Amino acid sequence: MKYQSQSVAKPYFVAALALFLGQIVFGLIMGLQYVDGTFLFPAIPFNVAHMCHTNLLIVWLLMAFMGAAYYIVPEEAQTELYSPKLALLTFWVFLIAGAATILGYLLIPYSVLAHATGNHLLPTMGRGYLEQPLPIKIGIVLVALSLLFNLTMTLAKGRKTSLNFILVGALWGLALLFLPAFYFPVDTVKASYSWWWVVHGWVEGDWELILGALLGFIFIKMTGVDREVVEKWLYIIIAMTLMTGIIGIGHHYYYIGAPAYWIWLGSVFSALEPIPFLMLVAFAFRMHAQRRREHPNKAAMLWAMGTPIVAFLGAGVWGFMITLAPVQYYAHGTNLTAAHGHLAFFGAYAMVSLAMISYAMPLLRGREANSLSAQRWEMTGFWLMVLSMFTIALTLTGAGIVTIFLQRATDNPLPFMAVQDKERVFFFIREYAGLGFTAGLLAYLRSFFVRGEYDYTNNVKRALA
Amino acid sequence: MAQELAVDGKPGLPGDFAIWVFIFAELTVFAVLFAAYAITRSEHVALFDASQRALNRVYGLWNTVLLVTSSYFVARATTAIKAGHRLACGHWLTASLLLGAGFIGVKLTEFHQDYTHGITLSGNLFYMFYLCLTFFHFMHVLMGMVILSVVTVKAYAGRYDAANYTGVETGGAYWHMVDLVWIILFALVYVIH
Repeated sequence: MKYQSQSVAKPYFVAALALFLGQIVFGLIMGLQYVDGTFLFPAIPFNVAHMCHTNLLIVWLLMAFMGAAYYIVPEEAQTELYSPKLALLTFWVFLIAGAATILGYLLIPYSVLAHATGNHLLPTMGRGYLEQPLPIKIGIVLVALSLLFNLTMTLAKGRKTSLNFILVGALWGLALLFLPAFYFPVDTVKASYSWWWVVHGWVEGDWELILGALLGFIFIKMTGVDREVVEKWLYIIIAMTLMTGIIGIGHHYYYIGAPAYWIWLGSVFSALEPIPFLMLVAFAFRMHAQRRREHPNKAAMLWAMGTPIVAFLGAGVWGFMITLAPVQYYAHGTNLTAAHGHLAFFGAYAMVSLAMISYAMPLLRGREANSLSAQRWEMTGFWLMVLSMFTIALTLTGAGIVTIFLQRATDNPLPFMAVQDKERVFFFIREYAGLGFTAGLLAYLRSFFVRGEYDYTNNVKRALA
Repeated sequence: MAQELAVDGKPGLPGDFAIWVFIFAELTVFAVLFAAYAITRSEHVALFDASQRALNRVYGLWNTVLLVTSSYFVARATTAIKAGHRLACGHWLTASLLLGAGFIGVKLTEFHQDYTHGITLSGNLFYMFYLCLTFFHFMHVLMGMVILSVVTVKAYAGRYDAANYTGVETGGAYWHMVDLVWIILFALVYVIH
């Protein structure tokens, strides 16, 4: 850690991991409800658990992105953060707002919560991922403004690097793309449009730039490769992301009442969305091959190398499987979408957040890298989580395919619940994979409690022996 | 060395390697679009032929001449800088930018006429492809002009010379790609029927 104010990233990272654990707990609850429909009913109905699972995901990822930005921007700008106090205040406001939202979902019926928080004045609640009550949405905007003010002022007074411009620019984009969340008209087509502007605009556009910036920073620091080379790759990846991602939003417009040309535009451009992810893989391997140093933090490098691969498979390959309009006609809303969602969110955004935390946390705790035993825990966590998530994606893919053939693309469709019953084996395996994922996360968290730092002398001696 | 040398000592790709990755990705995008066009056309030949006649081929031809000439000027700029003529390099690049601007002007006029004649995305399948392909390419011309503008400013500022001209080659490679795509697009959408 080069600048004292970078330490404000620490509470963000800690809170992100705690919220991540919360997200996984709700995932396990839902997985069990797929197997036993009455589990925890009526205390935590499936839809409430689902809201908690997805909202916690968004909140912990935003926490991690903000922590990463507070860590990266001062270091890149070669100056202290404009206002560390404001960053800490923002942290507490965001954490309390996030916790209050989850408690609201759990303790108050959604309709009562909606009425009590003024949803009748400006309707915004009800759409997936955007279920938050109005005051919370306004809070998110204020938190984002505070973050952007702090980062932009830091950027203005310090060194200007392309990487900082990309990161801060993408965070501005993140804030602006949240604004359509306040537009929820009665017209369902328009409501769908604005919903996708937020959701697609984030995960298939703007967030990919954040992903690129975070990976770029990690590779500059860990491999010693020239900044110019990293930035050049980032420019190309960003250009391809925007070129395919912006019009690729059309794959959400197929059957919602939008003009027919979106069938073509959505199919062609979203089919090309894997290209920037493939470029990320090439970028990561090239940086690794051209490295000028062996960084002692092997765990962080493992996360950084794993991120583009799993992202390419989850967002690219699994996304491509369901993106063409004729396929989507049958696959829409099946567990194939859930398989894509899980592997893509984990591969692209959860893994890059964990990579950043793995890289920065030892430095924030005053050492370049953790001890080998701590890193072993972390790498065990990596493999458990990655393999479990692949199992989850595969089982959901199986369930989705069964739905298509028994319920959609058939002359004699079975009823929904009859098909669900035939998919039970997939849901069983999925729940066990969920337990495996939880074990992986716990192993990852365990690594933070292993004391000591990387011992150069002993490790060199051991390697020579 | 300004030019990358391959292992066997022969010249490698001109310009920066990264731009070739980008060009490859760009050509893949256009290839998919052209393939989609060709497949759809094979199923609606009569519709495509009839709609194609509504297009103004003179505009298309003018734009082809403008872009091909502009590409030639970029090649001259590269030759000039390799010989150490910085000012000439800047002048050739400026000339190619002016022709690029000419392309934009002609295309905007054509889009305006299309609009007044009722050619829209929802018109029919051919118009949808025509507008998507040409607009997507139009955006690439703009992007190519941004790249060439940066290279031109740097050329006049003396940032390139006979030993260091990778930037000129890099910008030129992208501009040639934009030109190449237009030649295929013009033949495919305006001419072949």
